[in-house]
Amino acid sequence: MRPIFNYIDRPSPIHRLTGATKLCCLLLWSFAAMTSYDTRLLAFLAAAGVAVFVLSRLRISDIRFLLGFVTVFMVLNNVLVFAFSPEHGVGLYGTRHVLFSLGGRWVVTKEQLFYHLNLVLKYLAMLPVVMIFICTTQPSEFAASLNRIGVKYTVAYSVALALRYIPDIQQEYHEISQAQQARGIEMSKKESLLRRLKAASAILIPLILSSMDRIDVISNAMELRGFGKNKRRSWYMARPFRPADFAAMGLCALLLAAAIFLNIHNGTRFWNPFI
Amino acid sequence: MSDPIIQFDHFSFQYHAQAEPTLHDITLSIRKGEKVLICGPSGCGKSTLAHCINGLIPHSYRGESTGRVSVGGRETKDTSLFEISRTVGTVLQDTDGQFVGMTVAEDIAFALENDCVVDPALHERVEKAARAVGVETHLSHAPGDLSGGQKQRVSLAGILVDDVEVLLFDEPLANLDPATGKAAIELIDEIGQQTGAAVVIIEHRLEDVLHRHMDRVILMGGGRILADVTPDELLAGSLLKENGIREPLYVTALKYAGVPITAQAHPDSIEHMLLSESDKAAVRDWFCRTPPAPQSPERETQLAVKDLRFAYDNGREALHGISLSVRKGELGAIVGTNGAGKSTFCKLICGFEKQQSGTIALSGCDWASLSIKERADHVGYVMQNPNQMISQTLIFDEVALGLRTRGAAEDEVKARVEKTLKICGLWPFRSWPVSALSFGQKKRVTIAAILVLEPEIILLDEPTAGQDYRHYTEIMEFLLDLNRRGVTVLMVTHDMHLMLEYARRAFVFSDGRLIADAPCAEILTDDEIIRRASLKETSLYTLAKRCGIEDARAFVARFIDYEREAAHR
Repeated sequence: MRPIFNYIDRPSPIHRLTGATKLCCLLLWSFAAMTSYDTRLLAFLAAAGVAVFVLSRLRISDIRFLLGFVTVFMVLNNVLVFAFSPEHGVGLYGTRHVLFSLGGRWVVTKEQLFYHLNLVLKYLAMLPVVMIFICTTQPSEFAASLNRIGVKYTVAYSVALALRYIPDIQQEYHEISQAQQARGIEMSKKESLLRRLKAASAILIPLILSSMDRIDVISNAMELRGFGKNKRRSWYMARPFRPADFAAMGLCALLLAAAIFLNIHNGTRFWNPFI
Repeated sequence: MSDPIIQFDHFSFQYHAQAEPTLHDITLSIRKGEKVLICGPSGCGKSTLAHCINGLIPHSYRGESTGRVSVGGRETKDTSLFEISRTVGTVLQDTDGQFVGMTVAEDIAFALENDCVVDPALHERVEKAARAVGVETHLSHAPGDLSGGQKQRVSLAGILVDDVEVLLFDEPLANLDPATGKAAIELIDEIGQQTGAAVVIIEHRLEDVLHRHMDRVILMGGGRILADVTPDELLAGSLLKENGIREPLYVTALKYAGVPITAQAHPDSIEHMLLSESDKAAVRDWFCRTPPAPQSPERETQLAVKDLRFAYDNGREALHGISLSVRKGELGAIVGTNGAGKSTFCKLICGFEKQQSGTIALSGCDWASLSIKERADHVGYVMQNPNQMISQTLIFDEVALGLRTRGAAEDEVKARVEKTLKICGLWPFRSWPVSALSFGQKKRVTIAAILVLEPEIILLDEPTAGQDYRHYTEIMEFLLDLNRRGVTVLMVTHDMHLMLEYARRAFVFSDGRLIADAPCAEILTDDEIIRRASLKETSLYTLAKRCGIEDARAFVARFIDYEREAAHR
C-alpha cells in the first residue's frame, strides 16, 4: 500500500528548498493557474511545470498512481462539460465556427474545442507542481511550513499527525480485514452491494474503536510533553530561508502578477483568438 | 534525607463516570533518587495513581478528590499540567501510541519544540538525549522502522531532554520480548543513577523488574496501599499471592522445597540471595523426591509444514524455509524476537499471505488451493487486541457472526452459539453489550467467536498481553481446558512464564528460521538459543545451579510438572 504523502529522497535543487517555500510557491502558482484562462499563460505554466519536474529529478514512475487518477478525473471533467454544456465555448468567445455535429444539440465548434484545450492546460499547469510538492516535501517539514505561512501550530500539527498515522491505520485496516475474512466475511465483488456494505462495517467499527483508543493515548502523550503550552513553538525540521528560497517565491509571485495583469489587460479571464 | 519529590496525603479520587472511588486514602512519599515499583492487579488503581503523579489527574481526567498530592513541593491541582511535566517525565505503556514525531529526532525534540527552544540548543540537546539511551544512529528513522525496545528508548530520550526529577514508567515491559525487557530494566536503572531522578515503575511483572535493585515496592489492591516495603520484606510475606501478583519462580520453587523465605536472606535477587547449605540440600532433596510427570503418548501429526519460504514485495525474504509439524491435541508456543517471522508464519497458515515455496498440509491434505475462508474452518486465528475483532454490539451476535456469514440456519446458530458461550463461561453475559465487558472478557468473546466455527487448531497472537496474573490465569486455564477437549492450541508469545507454565513445546524463530523445536524446559536452559531468540534464562535454572543440581534442565521440567499438578489438585 502506498502512503498518500510519498516523499521521494532523491536530492535535487527543489528538495533543498524549504517546505514553507514550496508551499508558498504551490499556492502562488495555483492562484495564477486558477485566475487565468489565458491560453498563452497556461501553456507557459504547463511547460515550466514540466521543466521544474525534470529539475526535481522525479520520474513518471514515481507518480504513476496519482497521474492515472488525475487523468481519469480530467477526462471525466471534459466529457461532462461537453455533455451538459456543448455551447459553453460559443457563449464565452462570442463566435460560432461549427466543425461537425454529433447529433441533437451536441455540435462540435472550434470555440468549444478551444475551451476544452484551456481546461486541459489548466490541469497540466497544476499537475506537475502539485506532484513536486507532494514528492519533495518531507511530511515532517509540512507541518512546520503550514505554521510558517500563518496556520496555527496546533492545526498544522494535527495535519502532520494524520499523515503520520495514515500508514499505521492502513496496516491495521489490512490486519482487521484479514481476520474478519477468516471469519467468513466476504469483501470481494462476488457479494451483493448490501452484503459488502455490511461486511465493511465489520471492519470499520473495530478500526474506528481502536483509532479512538489511539487518539486518547496520543493526546495524553502530547499534553504530557507540553503541547499547547505556548502560543508558538519551534520546529526541529525548520530550515532558514536561503537566497534560492526567495528567488523561487519571487518567480512564483511574478507568475501570479502576470496572471492578474493579463486578466486586466484582456478585460476578461479568457484570451480570445476568434476576434 | 532530601525532601520528598512526590507526596500523597490522605488522597482519595473518584472518576466522574464511576460509582466508587478508585483511590482510597493514599498516603505516600517518594524522594529524589529513590527507585520505587508500584504493583498490583488490574483495576487496583495503580494507573490512576500514575495519572495523579504526572498531573493527568486532575487536569485531563476529571473527578472528585479529597486530600492532597504534591509534586516538587507544589500541589498538583494548583500547578498546570505543563509545569508538572517539567518535573515528571512519563513513558507511557503503548510506545507506538506515544510516538508523535515523524522521525526519531523529531519525537525526541517534541517537548523542546513546545518550549520554543531554537537551534543550536535544539539539535544539541536532542543529540545528547539520543546518546544517553543509545539511539543516536537512528535519528532520521521513522517510528515504523524501529523495534519495540528502540521505540521505548526513544520515548525515554524524549523525556530526558528536559531535566526531570521523576521518571515515571507505565508498564514498561508490556510489549517487549524477554531479553529486551531485561535490557530496558537495566537502562532505566542506569539513567536513574545518572540523572539522580526518582524512578517510579508501574508494572505487575515483579520478577522482571527485580532484575535490578529496587528500593521499595508499593503493593496496591482495591484502590488502597496494602504494603510499602522493601522487595525483600514483600517476598518474605504472603501478600503477593493473596493479591494476585506472581512471585518470582525461584521463590515459589524454594517454597515448594520447604525453604522459609526471610527478608534477611535478600530474596529480591536469585544471584545474591543468601542460601544456607541446608536450604540447598532441601532444594536438592525436593528435586530427587518429586517424580517426573508421565510422558504423554505421541499423537499423529496434524499440521505439517515443509520448507516454507516467504518474501515481501520488496524482495526481502522473511522466512527461509520453515519445516515443522504439530501433533494433534498439542499446546505449543511460538517464540522469538519481533521480526523473527512468527507473525508471517501465522499469516501463511491462515492464508493471509501466499508463500513463495513450500507446503502446508493439515491431516495429510495439501492446503495450497484453500482460500482464507476455507482455512478458517480448520484453523481459527485470534488477534492480540480483541478490539480489533469485535464488530457487533451484542455478545451473542458477535459469536454468531461467523456462522451467519456461512449461511447456517438460525436455530443451528442459536444452538451452537449457546453451547460455545457455556464452554467459554460467557453464558451469564449472553445478552450484554460487548462494551460492558472487561478486556479479558472481550478476549474470551473473540476466542468464542472463533471456537464456534469448531476449528481443529486455534492460533492465538499474544493471548495474555496486558493481563494481570489473575486474568492471565483465567485465560490460560480456559485455553488449557479447550486443549483437553481436543483442540490443538498454538500461541505466539513473548511471555516466558506463559511458555514455561502452559506450553508443552516451543517453536523458536530467529531471523526467519526455526532454530529450535523442543520442550520448553529444554529451551529456557539452553544459552545459545536464549541468546539467539532474545529470550531470558529462567531464574529456576540459576537456582538449580546455585543448589548444585547438575541436571538443571530436569529441575526446571520437574518444577513445571509439579506446578501443573499443584494447580489442578
